[in-house]
Amino acid sequence: MENIVSLKNIVVEFEDGDRILKDISLDIKDKEFVTFLGPSGCGKTTTLRIIGGFLEPTSGDVFFDGKRINGMPPHKRNVNTVFQRYALFPHLNVYENIAFGLRVQKVPEKEIVRRVGEMLELVNLMGYEKRSVNRLSGGQQQRVAIARALVNRPKVLLLDEPLGALDLKLRKEMQTELRKIQQALELTFVYVTHDQEEALTMSDTIVVMNNGNIQQIGSPTDIYNEPENAFVADFIGESNIINGCMPEDCVVEFTGRRFECVDKGFSPNETVDVVIRPEDIKIIPADQAKLTGIVESVVFKGVHYEMIVDGVDHKWMIHSTKFEPVGAMIGMAVDPYDIHIMKKVEEE
Amino acid sequence: MKLKAFSAPYLVWMIVFIVVPLLMVVYFAFTTDNGEFTLEYISDVGQYANIFMRSIWLAIIATIICLVVAYPLSYMLSRMSKHTQSTMLMIVMLPMWMNFLLRTYAWMTLLGNNGIINQLLGMIGLGPFKLINTEGAVVLGMVYNYLPFMILPLYSVMVKIDKSVIEAANDLGCNSFHTMFRVIFPLSLPGVTSGITMVFVPAISTFIISRMLGGGSNLLIGDLIEMQFLGNSYNPHLGAAISMVLMVIILVIMTVMNQFSPDDQVLI
Ligand SMILES: Nc1ncnc2c1ncn2[C@@H]1O[C@H](COP(=O)(O)OP(=O)(O)OP(=O)(O)O)[C@@H](O)[C@H]1O
Ligand SMILES: [Mg+2]
Repeated sequence: MENIVSLKNIVVEFEDGDRILKDISLDIKDKEFVTFLGPSGCGKTTTLRIIGGFLEPTSGDVFFDGKRINGMPPHKRNVNTVFQRYALFPHLNVYENIAFGLRVQKVPEKEIVRRVGEMLELVNLMGYEKRSVNRLSGGQQQRVAIARALVNRPKVLLLDEPLGALDLKLRKEMQTELRKIQQALELTFVYVTHDQEEALTMSDTIVVMNNGNIQQIGSPTDIYNEPENAFVADFIGESNIINGCMPEDCVVEFTGRRFECVDKGFSPNETVDVVIRPEDIKIIPADQAKLTGIVESVVFKGVHYEMIVDGVDHKWMIHSTKFEPVGAMIGMAVDPYDIHIMKKVEEE
Repeated sequence: MKLKAFSAPYLVWMIVFIVVPLLMVVYFAFTTDNGEFTLEYISDVGQYANIFMRSIWLAIIATIICLVVAYPLSYMLSRMSKHTQSTMLMIVMLPMWMNFLLRTYAWMTLLGNNGIINQLLGMIGLGPFKLINTEGAVVLGMVYNYLPFMILPLYSVMVKIDKSVIEAANDLGCNSFHTMFRVIFPLSLPGVTSGITMVFVPAISTFIISRMLGGGSNLLIGDLIEMQFLGNSYNPHLGAAISMVLMVIILVIMTVMNQFSPDDQVLI
């Protein structure tokens, strides 16, 4: 598969001198579902605006289908956008909003009727054709915005938190639908969300962003199982993150004890982040354990119990199917390959 | 129902200064000096059809020129930075701080046969042209005086057009021309209709501008009405009848205009 969109060393600074994107490089493959995931304000929308052509990077290059497209206006790019704040046309009704792009392209009326009809069905807004968009709920407006962009079948569709205003059930339905459409029409989707579950279930590739930097690019399983740093580990799923150091290869020291692990290649006594997933901590009898603690709280989560265990120098989060009462002294064990060692990220 | 009590002064004000004068106009238009009912004056209005036509025609031309000049200006204004916008608005409003009569006098001296414009043209060997006392001068006076009334409603509708809607249009394949035609113009229609009203109504009934810049030969309805009340052809009944016909014409034109504006925006 070849790259449909490439960003090379993109830097964005606004007038006030703030660096919003700091040297972003990224390749998006044709027909891929890529998700930008990151906390609010990390630069997801800004990156989409660069691809859409609404914002010129301060430096760096944008490529589309191998051609450099810096400076090309949005209407010449084979890209459509579902805007975070919908940006529907207030003077047009639902039908005309969706038909807008087709009318601009002078698509024959018969085909417009058919394609808009398909879209209305898809986003579940049949019967709303004549309704003014000003009299729709937030979720309905969002669905019109999706239909209005999708109806054009662009090579690349940019979706900026397109399901944010929907209730959980509708959101799940739309997630499945969008994924189906993307695969059926073989489109490239660049999807923005700050919901990690949404990112994990829908994407081929996840781009984790923070603070204008890309933290990690990888498949959902890569990102979940092999987070590259403590930020990614913390943002995707839940994690115990502890300060530690590496006295030698395959040995890590934290909470004053030494543990066997599988990571190597750190300089001697380098300080590191130690990441352990709550489901990887096993409960064992306290007298056989290197790590012990007192159960502070227990919450039933359906499949498992979530326990907070006070181990004096660290509060551990454990997911276990075994119940331990509050106040019980327990021992904890972790297999060497479940201890993830990560380089410290330099904070700016 | 305390609120109703508060509105009482306005109600009184409206009755005394709007309803009563209107009723008086109607009364005068349909009665003779002795107070008898008559249609004579209304039918007399027909003699002045050519003046009506000229007034409507000049007002339409002035309104169109105002619209053509104000539209791009307002659009540029609405897309400037907030700070520049307020400065530019002040410049637009600046002439309005001066008295209407003074501004029009200024044009008299500019346009006169020995006025500044003809003098300047003379220096490069042109003219002199007959500028003052022409229909063109009257239209110029109207445009000059009423242009801000076109700019303001257009501008205030256009600043409310969200930038993101324009981006959405670009995103969906519109170049600047298509964006203007498919999005910006439809969204600015309420401003266009109210701008047209605010220019057309005073332009059709003006009498100072035509007198000062049009000379005696370009009489408008406003002059005609004024003459019936204050001039040598004193006849308030005919004046009232002409006023009534004028009001009906304006009402009809505005009703037609309203057909073109969106449902939720009605002008009158
Ligand atoms: N026009 C602008 N001028 C100055 N700063 C801006 C501008 N637009 C965005 N920013 C800043 O850029 C940063 C990134 O914004 P962006 O909209 O890309 O965030 P985001 O990741 O999409 O966040 P969210 O999830 O809340 O939508 C923010 O700190 C924001 O304040
Ligand atoms: Mg955003």
